[in-house]
Amino acid sequence: MTFIESVPIPRPFSLPADDTLAGARGEAVAGLPGSLEIRDVTVAYGSTVAVRDVTMAVPPRSVTAIIGPSGCGKSTLIRAVNRMHETQPGATVKGSILLDGVDLYAPGVDPVQVRRVVGMVFQKPNPFPAMSIWENVAAGPKLLGLARRKPELDELVERSLRRAAIWDEVKDKLKRPGTSLSGGQQQRLCIARTIVVDPEVILMDEPCSALDPIATLRIEELISELKAQYAIVIVTHNLQQAARVSDRSAFFTLGDHGSGYLVEEGPTQDLFTNPRNRLTEDYVSGRFG
Amino acid sequence: MRTISMLATGFILVPLVAIVAYVVVNGWGWLDPEFLVSAPVNDIHGGALTAILGSLQLVPMATLIAAPVGILGGIFVSEIATPRVAAAIRFAADVMVGLPSIVIGVFCYAILVVPFKTFSAAAGIAALAVIMVPVILRNTEEILRLVPASVREGGLALGLPRWRTIMTVVIRAGFGGLVTGIILAVARASGETAPLLLTALGSRLVNVGEIDKPMDSLPTFIYTNSGQPSPVLVGQAWAAALLLLVFVLVANITVRLLAARRGSGRS
Repeated sequence: MTFIESVPIPRPFSLPADDTLAGARGEAVAGLPGSLEIRDVTVAYGSTVAVRDVTMAVPPRSVTAIIGPSGCGKSTLIRAVNRMHETQPGATVKGSILLDGVDLYAPGVDPVQVRRVVGMVFQKPNPFPAMSIWENVAAGPKLLGLARRKPELDELVERSLRRAAIWDEVKDKLKRPGTSLSGGQQQRLCIARTIVVDPEVILMDEPCSALDPIATLRIEELISELKAQYAIVIVTHNLQQAARVSDRSAFFTLGDHGSGYLVEEGPTQDLFTNPRNRLTEDYVSGRFG
Repeated sequence: MRTISMLATGFILVPLVAIVAYVVVNGWGWLDPEFLVSAPVNDIHGGALTAILGSLQLVPMATLIAAPVGILGGIFVSEIATPRVAAAIRFAADVMVGLPSIVIGVFCYAILVVPFKTFSAAAGIAALAVIMVPVILRNTEEILRLVPASVREGGLALGLPRWRTIMTVVIRAGFGGLVTGIILAVARASGETAPLLLTALGSRLVNVGEIDKPMDSLPTFIYTNSGQPSPVLVGQAWAAALLLLVFVLVANITVRLLAARRGSGRS
């Protein structure tokens, strides 16, 4: 697999000037966009608190793994980051989530705009049904008005498929349905669909849990390449995966009240070899979870 | 038990086969060029051009009205309405589907024929559209319900507004099913007779595009001709019945093929 060049690709779009996010573009941490800060965040479904009082940071151009036993609110937390959580009835989020210094939950911030900057890859590959491979990738730029003419779209589609390390496998069958691909290919197609609109942060919700080991390996390699461009947050049940792909890790577990909380976070190596908390130690050494 | 259910199956199949065979035997001989290209003249000459052209106008125009209304209504019920509102509309649509079509005919007669003092194709189109809308609406809702939530999330996660996600990604996913629903509604409307007798009435004159005047159609042609003393006219009624039967069969087979293609995941 070839290393993808890390020169910044031209942004096919910028956020509207009136948007509160727009000002943040320039003042990103260390000059790099995609710096995420989660402050005192509590996410609930109605009266059920899924995860409480989370404070952590995700640096740009790095992979942050979120690990922990089932039901500790890992997926719920990342779904709060791209404001996907609130699409469910009764869903609430307290606290603030800052992207490049701007609160994504500030009044006046449009969740639709947030999702353009914070992309998401789901647990089960979800290519759009009844759309070809080409259409799956072109849908975003086309429907968002980033590119309209076929040659422009062709170029965007090819570039994204190349960056998602799937171009060589699909270049001769771009007109075939996206759903005709294997699970691992579908997931890479979904990653191509996510990066074609050039987000700053990519959230991945157990992206390999439905894949076989070889397909998983390819996604992991891809994640390592993509972090040259994006801040990546990956929820995973697989500790080896977290150790392999992530720079930082955050360990969550289930508290007494049935809601998850953050136990500790830090550089992945420290968390795995020298955890500060006994709960973390038990989990990473396989004694529970 | 097995025998009884097999007998019951036979009980369904016998009339079906008998009807098709009877219509073909009686209608085939009359299905000549004159039948297809000339308007009714007298008891011995003429054809069903009025009815063929009439059906070819009434049904597509009713579809043009009913398809957008039914599909948008179905989208509303499936994607936008609160559960209570959705249940209310669903119930209303189910009642409409079950309503005897003559009731819809009388309704359109009262509001579109009586005030204008003339039977008209427009009233017929309205009656057929009223029959089609609930069929399309319910089908649209059912089809969209089958589109997995992950597809909607995929669209939203790209930063598409909700309506945009629905109108592009979700509709696209259910497109084959929506077309199927429209074809079924067309098949149903093509055979409706009672509401047309009270609205478009039927006509012995070729009517192309004059929707303020009465218009013939295959079902009303069958109805009026089959009661005539002339064996020629009765024969033409059989031929018209055969034509209608073939159309409805073709529509149904198309639907099956579309569904089979969807089922194999190729669409």
